Amino acid sequence: MDVFLQQLINGITLGSIYGLIAIGYTMVYGIIGMVNFAHGDVFMVSAFFALIAFLVLTSWIGIGSVALALLIVLLVSMVLTGLLNWAIERLAYRPLRGSFRLAPLISAIGMSIFLSNFVQVAQGPRNKSIPPLLRGEFVLSDAGGYVVALSYKQIVVWVVTALLLAGFWYVVRYTPLGRAQRACEQDQKMAALLGVDVDRTVAITFVLGAALAAVAGTMYLMYYGVISFADGFTPGVKAFTAAVLGGIGSLPGAVIGGLLIGIVETMWSAYFSIDYKDVAAFSILAITLIFLPQGLLGRPEVEKV
Amino acid sequence: MATQQVSIDDATREAGGGAVRRAVKDAAIWGLVALGVLGPLVGLHAVQDIRGFLRLDGRWGLLAVLVGLVVAGSLFGSLVVEPWKERRARTRPKAHPLAERARVGFGRWFPPVAIAFVAVYPFLALWLTGFSGSIKWIDNFGIQILIYVMLGFGLNIVVGLAGLLDLGYVAFYAVGAYSTALLAKEFGLSFFTLLPLAGIFAALWGIMLGFPVLRLRGDYLAIVTLAFGEIIRLVLINWVPVTNGYAGISGIPRPTFFGIPFTASSTGFAKTFGLAYSPIYRGIFLYYIILALALLTAWVTVRLRRLPIGRAWEALREDEIACRSLGINTTNTKLTAFAIGAMFGGFAGSFFATRQGFISPESFTFMESATIVAIVVLGGMGSQIGVAVAAVAMIGGTELLRELDFLKAIFGSAFDPTQYRMLLFGFAMVLIMIWKPRGLISTRSPSVFLKERRAVSGSLVGEGRG
Repeated sequence: MDVFLQQLINGITLGSIYGLIAIGYTMVYGIIGMVNFAHGDVFMVSAFFALIAFLVLTSWIGIGSVALALLIVLLVSMVLTGLLNWAIERLAYRPLRGSFRLAPLISAIGMSIFLSNFVQVAQGPRNKSIPPLLRGEFVLSDAGGYVVALSYKQIVVWVVTALLLAGFWYVVRYTPLGRAQRACEQDQKMAALLGVDVDRTVAITFVLGAALAAVAGTMYLMYYGVISFADGFTPGVKAFTAAVLGGIGSLPGAVIGGLLIGIVETMWSAYFSIDYKDVAAFSILAITLIFLPQGLLGRPEVEKV
Repeated sequence: MATQQVSIDDATREAGGGAVRRAVKDAAIWGLVALGVLGPLVGLHAVQDIRGFLRLDGRWGLLAVLVGLVVAGSLFGSLVVEPWKERRARTRPKAHPLAERARVGFGRWFPPVAIAFVAVYPFLALWLTGFSGSIKWIDNFGIQILIYVMLGFGLNIVVGLAGLLDLGYVAFYAVGAYSTALLAKEFGLSFFTLLPLAGIFAALWGIMLGFPVLRLRGDYLAIVTLAFGEIIRLVLINWVPVTNGYAGISGIPRPTFFGIPFTASSTGFAKTFGLAYSPIYRGIFLYYIILALALLTAWVTVRLRRLPIGRAWEALREDEIACRSLGINTTNTKLTAFAIGAMFGGFAGSFFATRQGFISPESFTFMESATIVAIVVLGGMGSQIGVAVAAVAMIGGTELLRELDFLKAIFGSAFDPTQYRMLLFGFAMVLIMIWKPRGLISTRSPSVFLKERRAVSGSLVGEGRG
C-alpha cells in the first residue's frame, strides 16, 4: 500500500508533465488536423531555454530566492518557446496548409530532426545537469521503514500544472480568443466567413501549445535536474499517446490521458520491470486505439462518402 | 498585351515603396524573433567546467552572424522571391493536370539509363579512384544508398500504393536483420538460405502487427505503427538473453561467392581467381546483391500494380468505402500490402546484417523509419523513380557532407561538417516539402488507360485515409 501511494504520487507528477505536452498535440490536431511531430522537440528546446535562463539568473545576476528564480525562468521559457513555435508554424507548416495530408507531417518530422540536431550542435551532445533546487519533502507515512514522501518539487509541479491548466481552460472557454479557436476547430471556412482570422488563431494555438510545453519543460528540468538534446522524442511520443488515449481534440482528455500514462508507467516500473515501462506505455496506445479509437473523451469519427 | 504588361509594371513600381517598407518591417520582426530564439541557444553556450558545474560562455559573434542571415533571408524572400513568384504565376498559365505528356518521355528513358549507370557504377568508381579510393564510393555511397532505395521501394508498396501510412517500417527491417543474425550464429546457415527466411519472418510479423491495426485509419494507423516499431526496438534492447541488448550481435557471417569466402586465406576469393587480395571484391559483390534486391523489389512492384491485388491497393488508396461497396475485401488487401512491404523490409534487413557483420538496436530507431517515410514522400508517393531519386539526394547528400574537408580551411580546423549532417537532413525535408508538397516526381503513370498512356498529375492521385 505504501509503495502504491508513493508510486501514485510519482505517477501524478510525471503525468502532469505529459498532460501539459499532450495539450499542445491535441489542440493543434483539433484545429488543423495535423500531428505536430516536432512538439516533443519543442518541449526539449523549452527545457534548454529554462536551463540557460536559470544559469543567467544564478551565475550572472545572482538571484538568491528560488521561488523568484523559478518564476522568471518559467516566464522566460514560455515566451521564448512561444516565439519559437510561432516561427516554426509560420515557416514550416503554414505554407503547407490545405496541401495534402502527409506534407505537413513530413515537414514536422523534418522540423523535429532539425530541432534536436540544432540543439546538439549549438549546446553540445552531453547531458546538462543543474543542482537540485528544492530539497525538502513532507513525510506522509513512515510505517515499517518505507517512507512515503511528497517532495516540495512534486508539490511545485502539481500546483503550477493545476494553475496553468485552470488559466488555460478559462482562456479557451470564456475569452473571444478561445471562442475563435473552437470555431476554427469546428469549421474553418465558416469561421473565416464569420470574420475569424483563421491564420492568426492557428498561430496563437501554436504559441499557447508551446507555452504549455515550456511549463512542462521547465518542470521537467527542475524535477529531474538534467536535460539533453535527445530528451524530446520519448516524452513527445508518450504525450501524444496521452492525447490519443484521452481522445484527440479534447483538452480534459489530454490531461486525463497524461495522468493515466504517467501513473501506469510508474506503477509498471514498481511492480513489474523498469526495463519494459516504455513498452507498457506504447502497448496502452495500441490497445486503446484498437478497441476505443475515439479515446476516452473523444467524439467518434463519422465516416462520410 | 504589351500595354497591359506595362501598366502592371507601373503599378508594381508605384507600390514598390510600400513593398520595401513592408519588407523591412518583416525583416525587423524576423530579426527580433531570431534574436529571441537563437540568443539563448546560440549566443549562450552552457559548458561544463572542471568541477562539473555548468557555466555560460557568450558567442555573440556567431549569434550576430546568424541573426544577420535571418534578416537577409527575410529581405531576400520578400523583395526577390515573392515578386518572382507573382510574376511567374501571372505569366505562366496553369498547366492542365492531364497535359503533362512530356514527362512520360522522361519516365520512358530515365529508368534504363539509370539502371545501366548503377550496373557499371562499381567499375566506374574503381577506374576513377583506384582500389583503395573506391571502397568508400562503393560501400558508403553505393551500398548505403541502395539499401535505402530498396527500403523506399518496399515502403512505397504500403504508403504509395495502398495508402497506409506506416511509421514503424524499421520494425520489419529489424526483424529481418535479427532473424538473419540469430539463425546464422545458432545454426550456421548461410546468407542465401537466410535471405528468403528473413523475408518470410518479416512478412509474418507484418501480418501479426497488421491484423489488429487494420480498423484504424489515417494518423491513428501511423501512430500505432510507430508504437509497434518502438516496442520492437525496446524488446530488442531489453531481451538480453536472446538479443544481447545494447551490445548487439557481432560476428555475423559474411556472404560467400558460391561458397568461396572473401578472405585473404588460400581458399579465399582473391587466391582462387589469382588476384591480389583486396577488400574491394567483397564490396563489389555486396553492391550487386543489394542492386539485384532493389531491382527485384521495383520489378515486383511494377508487376503487382498490374495484377488484381495491385489494382485493389490503388483503389483502396483512392476510396475505401467505394472499394468495399464494389466487393473488394479490404482486410485482405491491406494485409497483403502490409505483408509484402514487410517482406521487402525483411530482405533489406537481412542484407544489412550480413553487410555490417554487426547489428545493435541503435540501427533500428524511429529516425530510420522517418528517413524511409521521408524518402517515399519526398520522392512523390507511388513513383518509383521519385523514390530512387529522393534516396540518392537525401542519403547521398548527407553522406557527401562527410567529404567536405575543404570547409575546414574556411571555418577553421575545429569545424566538423559531419555533425551538421542530420541538421541539414531535417532542414532539407522541410524545404523540399514546402517547395514540392507532392514530392520530387509529381506525375504518375497509370496502369490502365483508354487509348494512350498519359502521365497524371500527382495532385489527382489520392493519398489514402487508411
